[in-house]
Amino acid sequence: MTGYTGNPRIRWTEWLPWLLAGAVFFLLPEYLALGARILIFILFALSLDLILGYAGIITLGHSAFFGLGAYVAGCISAKAGVTDPFVQLAAAALAAGLLGVLTGAVILRTRALTLLMLTMAITSILLEIANKWTSMTGGADGLSGVTVAPILGAFRFDLFGRVAFIYCLVALFLAWFLVRRLIYSPFGAMLTGMRENTTRMHAVGAPVYLRLIAVYTISAVMAGVAGALLTQTNQFVGLNVLGFELAGELLVMLILGGVGRIYGAFIGPVVYLIAQDYLAKQFPEYWYFGIGFILVLVVIFAPGGILGLLDKCLPSWKRRSSARASAR
Amino acid sequence: MILYVISVGLSVTMGLMGFINLAHGVFAMAGGYVFATALGRLGMPFPLALLLAFVITGLLSVVLERLLYSRLYSAGELAQVLFTIGLIFMAVAVARAIYGTLAPPVFLPEYLRGQVHVLGRDFPTYRVFLILFSAILIVSLWFGVERTRWGAMVRAAVDHRAMAQSVGINTRRLFTLTFALGSGLAGLGGGLGADIIAVQPTYPFEHLVFFLIVVALGGLGSLRGPFIAALLLGIADTACKYWIPELGAFLIYAATIGVLLWRPMGLFGTRV
Amino acid sequence: MSPVLETKKLCKSFGALTVAQNIDFRLHAGDRHALIGPNGAGKTTFVNMLMGALAPSSGRIYLGGEEVTRVRQAQRVKRGLGRTFQINALFRDLPVLDNVALGIAERRAQAAHMWKPASSHGEIIDESAELLATLGLADDARVRVKDLPYGKQRLVEIAIALGLAPKVLLLDEPAAGVPSMESERILKVLDRLPAGIAILIIEHDMDLVFRFARRITVLVQGEILVEGPPDEIARDRRVHQVYLGEQHHG
Repeated sequence: MTGYTGNPRIRWTEWLPWLLAGAVFFLLPEYLALGARILIFILFALSLDLILGYAGIITLGHSAFFGLGAYVAGCISAKAGVTDPFVQLAAAALAAGLLGVLTGAVILRTRALTLLMLTMAITSILLEIANKWTSMTGGADGLSGVTVAPILGAFRFDLFGRVAFIYCLVALFLAWFLVRRLIYSPFGAMLTGMRENTTRMHAVGAPVYLRLIAVYTISAVMAGVAGALLTQTNQFVGLNVLGFELAGELLVMLILGGVGRIYGAFIGPVVYLIAQDYLAKQFPEYWYFGIGFILVLVVIFAPGGILGLLDKCLPSWKRRSSARASAR
Repeated sequence: MILYVISVGLSVTMGLMGFINLAHGVFAMAGGYVFATALGRLGMPFPLALLLAFVITGLLSVVLERLLYSRLYSAGELAQVLFTIGLIFMAVAVARAIYGTLAPPVFLPEYLRGQVHVLGRDFPTYRVFLILFSAILIVSLWFGVERTRWGAMVRAAVDHRAMAQSVGINTRRLFTLTFALGSGLAGLGGGLGADIIAVQPTYPFEHLVFFLIVVALGGLGSLRGPFIAALLLGIADTACKYWIPELGAFLIYAATIGVLLWRPMGLFGTRV
Repeated sequence: MSPVLETKKLCKSFGALTVAQNIDFRLHAGDRHALIGPNGAGKTTFVNMLMGALAPSSGRIYLGGEEVTRVRQAQRVKRGLGRTFQINALFRDLPVLDNVALGIAERRAQAAHMWKPASSHGEIIDESAELLATLGLADDARVRVKDLPYGKQRLVEIAIALGLAPKVLLLDEPAAGVPSMESERILKVLDRLPAGIAILIIEHDMDLVFRFARRITVLVQGEILVEGPPDEIARDRRVHQVYLGEQHHG
């Protein structure tokens, strides 16, 4: 549990995802490319969970930051010859953060439908730019020729995706650590307050608007880094990173896992991407239909996602973890 | 103007019923497919094909509303957004499976093709027809909402559902009917616009932003609002494409953001 | 002694409907002031304007001698203005302690800390616990608000406001909807509120008003009818008419 009565100590179950990742690295070397992709989407989903699950901002425009990060990383490599991976990441983070602050300041004054629509409008603008500015972005063909220098001078991306996997894993670990601290801090408690009762937050003197911009920007930076990671590991970036289908899929992943609970962002992409890798190739149309169908089912019958279902099916598990949390 | 016909239905359902229905484009697409199939493969006359699009989409929406939508009326915005996105995914898959990825050809009747001479200039006949049609539509809608008992009941039910129920208004049936009307209009718009906006499986995703823009700009719950918004957008779009073609849809988006900053409730909105 | 809260010619109209007309109001430190009036008199609208949740059509508002007419709600809170809501505005899924702690964290300017866990901020937690103890809610600190009986929820409402260390406290019908058995507890809490705070209470419960208030303002149809100590108000014929008249049509 978070908040002032919560317990910030890391429970043993929270180390499972990392153990699992380690196991995958050693035991399933053929799947590391998929694994890296999953890790990137977990990061992306985590960034969305921060604003959707914790701050309560409903957006379909998160791919704007993802896509911007992806393109910035790609362009400074392919067009400006900057190949150091950390510089690429930093540039992507900076660009996404800037976009986050600017657009956040504009759209966070609105709410609900207007906000949703504006997030989509912003993504559409970026999509238009990427589409038309072919000299920089490669337009509909995408941008290839993205090179990434060996990480720390020693680790070059290899054909088997080993370096990529570890690279993304470390990035995700850092992000997870920082997000976790944020959630358990007073700022995190305040986010929950804003989500639960905005009127009351105004009445206790919280500068709601500024705080929303702050969390929106943090989330944007994370999404931008995720996008850059995708470009770096694929050495390519295409228009789909800015498409609504991707934004929709991300939402599905997050809802599937469970919103507002950090680990929903872990479970969702794992389940979705593995299923997609297996099923989508065999039955592409059924896959798409199935995703929509599952989404509808989840919304109507299991709004808490997989984690929510686990809560219900394993009450002992939940009681144990909350008991440990309140024993302070 | 197509945007108006389609989006006014969305303004009605969202503004009057408070339900965020992103899958509105699905009904427009369905209407487009029905229309094109009726006109092309079944060889029906133009007005009949349109009517069929309207009716079938309306019926489809009733089924969906009864089975699914009605469970989510009080479920909160996120649930509604997610649910309707799920519907879009399903609809896109179905459309692709049945019709493939190419748009079905639309054969306009003779009397609507070509040009017509108005005020000393030549305009495409179909466009003129669309504008006239939309004008008649808005007038009848306005009449329907402002002047009829049905309209009064809808407004009452939206204002305070429990209260309306206690004075004997069957809110369930009312919402279903209103939803059918809004979706039927979308289907009609999809059919009308089939010649101009290609009916493809990706339709609901591609144009979602524009439907939302028209509704948000025009103001939720208003009938005039989306009309003016669609009109302005149409003019602005044509003007931009004429003078600064590279900028494309930019100015639309930028203008939308600008207007909404100035008036967050849209031009004629009564609620956010 | 200058007033801590003052309004000059405050007016509010919604189109043709006027809900506040030329309200001149003054509150001094330590006051125990009640605002009464029939339903629809504009009492909650007045409070909303004082808080900054609603902008007046004309007139001025002064807090601690400074004009705050255009100042936003959150800013007024920082300058010492607190309120409770007529209908509970609590964080229902959060424990009682967190409800109070959120406000205290804002006051202490620690709410935006992003690194150290909330549960390690001992000063905030201790202060919250103390506050809850003074209100008799110490045992409920970890209980979720939605699991509390309504009377205790109203107390949490007051607790949050007190946590902001306000100089002026606006209580909007604190005992409304509370069963009579539990309202005693609320009355006791009101009696024990810090003497230095200026308190304006809106209430319909006349027993509570006459027991608590040292000064009463009667608001009718957006205008102040009369203002004075309780015994004067009780004797005033116009007040009787307003309430009896209401009973007649009510």
